[in-house]
Amino acid sequence: MNLTANSLIKFYSSSIGKKVIVAVTGLALIGFLLGHMVGNLKIFAGPEKINSYAAWLHSMPIVLWGARIGLLACFFMHIFTTVMLVIQNRRSKGSRYVYQHTSKATGASRTMIWSGIIIICFVIYHILHYTVRFANDYDSQAYIDATGKHDVYKMLIDGFSWWPASVFYIFSMALLCWHLSHGFSSVFQTLGLRTDKTWGLIKAAGYAYSLTIFVGNCSIPVSILAGWLS
Amino acid sequence: MNLTLKVWRQKDKDSKGRIETYVVSDIPEEASFLEMLDIVNNQLIESGREPITFDHDCREGICGACSLTINGIPHGKGSGITTCQLHMRKFSDGETIYIEPFRAKPFPILKDLMVDRSSFDRVIESGGYVSIRTGSAVDANSMPIEKEDADTAFDAATCIGCGACVASCKNASAMLFVSAKVKHLNSLPQGAPEKTKRVLNMVNKMDEEGFGNCTNQFECEAVCPKSIKSEFISDLNRQYGTALVKEALK
Repeated sequence: MNLTANSLIKFYSSSIGKKVIVAVTGLALIGFLLGHMVGNLKIFAGPEKINSYAAWLHSMPIVLWGARIGLLACFFMHIFTTVMLVIQNRRSKGSRYVYQHTSKATGASRTMIWSGIIIICFVIYHILHYTVRFANDYDSQAYIDATGKHDVYKMLIDGFSWWPASVFYIFSMALLCWHLSHGFSSVFQTLGLRTDKTWGLIKAAGYAYSLTIFVGNCSIPVSILAGWLS
Repeated sequence: MNLTLKVWRQKDKDSKGRIETYVVSDIPEEASFLEMLDIVNNQLIESGREPITFDHDCREGICGACSLTINGIPHGKGSGITTCQLHMRKFSDGETIYIEPFRAKPFPILKDLMVDRSSFDRVIESGGYVSIRTGSAVDANSMPIEKEDADTAFDAATCIGCGACVASCKNASAMLFVSAKVKHLNSLPQGAPEKTKRVLNMVNKMDEEGFGNCTNQFECEAVCPKSIKSEFISDLNRQYGTALVKEALK
């Protein structure tokens, strides 16, 4: 047991161990994004469908809170461990080159920390907006539908009808897509799950996944602003 | 060829360095980059000035002694070559060339363009070897090795430990170097008995020496004079995980 604890400490204090933590928590968050998107796309099936879906999720408090706590833990571990890695990396870097040159590092890979910071701000806003429902009346009687369920449909329509919220949402989704375009394939690299033969496919899958998340999620505010959903 | 050289000059380890400009003329196109520096140094010595200090040894691309970051690229432009194999015909007449040392905390600058890469030696000492019986040589092919394994091991073994991977990495990560050394020895039966110990010790030593973490940008792969592949890094990640689990269950 002591040996196992020792190994865990050794694992976390090593550079590879920390990267594995970032990859595994990132993978959990990547998985959540797809589930969350598919659920929310039910808005296109009408108020009845999405409201019932939300009520169904809330009918299982243990699962719902288990998932929420698990995701929050992944979110914080992902951020905390990344910050530790960034600090270590800054320490390792010597003096700056006078002549700066980049051979093949992608723009997304070089700005992960910045896209990440803006995504953190977005997640805080998004949770306050629709989950905690802070500083809005989405918990009031006006948001109870005919069958007595919380009217998620009306909440989304009203929430995204205010265009600054939609613009910030679309901007954040673009950054998330940018972040994932490097993050998705990095998971496979860090977990040792790729070879030169599979690398092209993994990268293509990463771009396709990021784009799917972007298009799927943005279709909701765009449809609301365009008046296709009301 | 006429060139303007912007060269990093630094008196010693503790001094602050700076870029100095040298306008040089009549450099033959067929000269290698290091020969060009020899010509410049001759001129500096003749005019009573301090020559530029730089690392070099075999000058045939196999020893890993030469370094230099040329216009921001370790070993300069052109893939799969070291600085000594870079020729002036790759540059155009009248060009301005920035020449800097390999920059990374674990590679302290000793003087001008010369850096101390002994941190790599210490990583090798921690596990980059096989413990074998010495004495008379064993018969060739007495130990059967799959062709694919032999090829992989050889691809990894071509790493000359020059440190360009570290110099090109924005995190000064030595993952390409360490992964090549681990892959080389761990792919062969001779390296198998010390497999677990090797990967754990070399990664620990790499961290201890102050190298950074890989952020999967593969600048290292782009500049490596021996074209070592980044898939070895992925393999090292997996081998490290496996080794830790093995050690924990021991």
